[in-house]
Amino acid sequence: MDTVLESASRKVVIGPDKPFVIIGERINPTGRKALAAQLEAGDFTTVEKDAVSQIEAGAAMLDVNAGVPGADEAKMLVGLVELVQELTEAPLSVDSAMDSALAAALPVCQGKPLVNSVNGEEERLERILPLIKQRGAAVIGLAFDEAGPSMDPEERFRIAKLIVERAADHGIPPEDVLIDPLAMTVGAEPQAAVVALETIRRVREELGNNMTIGASNISFGLPGRKVINNSFLALGMAAGLTSAISNPLVPETPMTLMACDLLLARDEYGMNWIKAHRK
Amino acid sequence: MSELLKSLQEAILTIDEETALSATQELLDSGMEPEEILESGMTGALLELGRRWNCGEAFLPEVVAAAGIFERCSAIVEPALLAKGDRKVSDKAVIATVKGDLHDLGKNIVGAMLKTVGLEVHDLGKNVPTEKIIEAVKELEPKIIGLSALLTTTMPEQENVIKALEEAGLRSGVKVMVGGAPVTQEWADRIGADGYAPNAPEAVRVALALTQVAA
Repeated sequence: MDTVLESASRKVVIGPDKPFVIIGERINPTGRKALAAQLEAGDFTTVEKDAVSQIEAGAAMLDVNAGVPGADEAKMLVGLVELVQELTEAPLSVDSAMDSALAAALPVCQGKPLVNSVNGEEERLERILPLIKQRGAAVIGLAFDEAGPSMDPEERFRIAKLIVERAADHGIPPEDVLIDPLAMTVGAEPQAAVVALETIRRVREELGNNMTIGASNISFGLPGRKVINNSFLALGMAAGLTSAISNPLVPETPMTLMACDLLLARDEYGMNWIKAHRK
Repeated sequence: MSELLKSLQEAILTIDEETALSATQELLDSGMEPEEILESGMTGALLELGRRWNCGEAFLPEVVAAAGIFERCSAIVEPALLAKGDRKVSDKAVIATVKGDLHDLGKNIVGAMLKTVGLEVHDLGKNVPTEKIIEAVKELEPKIIGLSALLTTTMPEQENVIKALEEAGLRSGVKVMVGGAPVTQEWADRIGADGYAPNAPEAVRVALALTQVAA
């Protein structure tokens, strides 16, 4: 199953035999207090820099989040989407918890964007899925619902399946639903990675949907975070993960993923790997 | 500070549960006031852990484990505190992760620590609607409320709770403390919260200061 995302001029394909897709996570003020302050003051220099540098570093897509507390998120998101589309050719992942912000930003997106995200909450599914269908977008479905993230892979799988079914009810095909199996913090919950990996395996084997994951949460509060994150992504790829929302500016991340592409026969003739070492 | 009190602190900081529990018991047997064991010994260790966490010298599994040890040491001290008979009816604290937010790790650690300093903690859970918090305030009449938000998108809910408290005429009777990764002192001031803490041990300090003022 291949998921196709598009900008005005570029097509990105996410699939089990395609190179792993990095969705650059940096354009997001959550947890970046300095960036939040800049955006609030109308200063977009960091966003401009992050957009270009993430693509140069190996991101195929960019996540765009405008959640600055106290600001008009819909207006801000539209502005950021327009800005990033001027600077790069990457398809976008439009990231907001607010329906109104998504509704405002989707028409501004060129090509076929990804929407980040829905979860198993029926109410939110019924509000967002019509927007996805109408815009012809793809969507990320987080494997939790009203009850919060479960530590039982069976439960996460049940919710993933429910999201795929609800999407189908709205006429959205499975290839346009990316499941996020959830990376919880392993420092607080020792089973966090094990549960995520088991969920990935089941989604791959029983649903076949493509997947993405916000990976860096897995290492919160621990030393050596980069190594943990990259090891988790490598394990995730082996289990069937096909993309991730992560930070390509950590050079080891795109390199690790490219090596895994090579090892998992997703890099034809190893050309991506060779090219990365020639420059 | 006595050697034994120091070894209690060291045991909590190094996640040596066995030593922490036996040191607590020995201190109690030696006749030390239970308040002093709790405050100088156990809470002192947590404040030091908070300092180390802030500068990247302590890590999450240690914080989680230390909070657990702290709780079990408290269970040893508790009967002595009660037996003294002069312990006040404890002040109540209501804590919650605000609506739309499912992150409860920090809130849970704060809850465990607040319990151990003598507050009666009512944890409303995560993704808690404002109305439910207002109801709990009416029913329980807590001295303090702790509101956690881990997302920039859910931070405004902290402000909504404060506004709802004002509208319900409950604001003057209760102190409001806010926390969570994106939350700052500046944000706390802007929304009219009474206190802010960047980590769990600091939250305990702020809660104690606020409840004493309120007393």
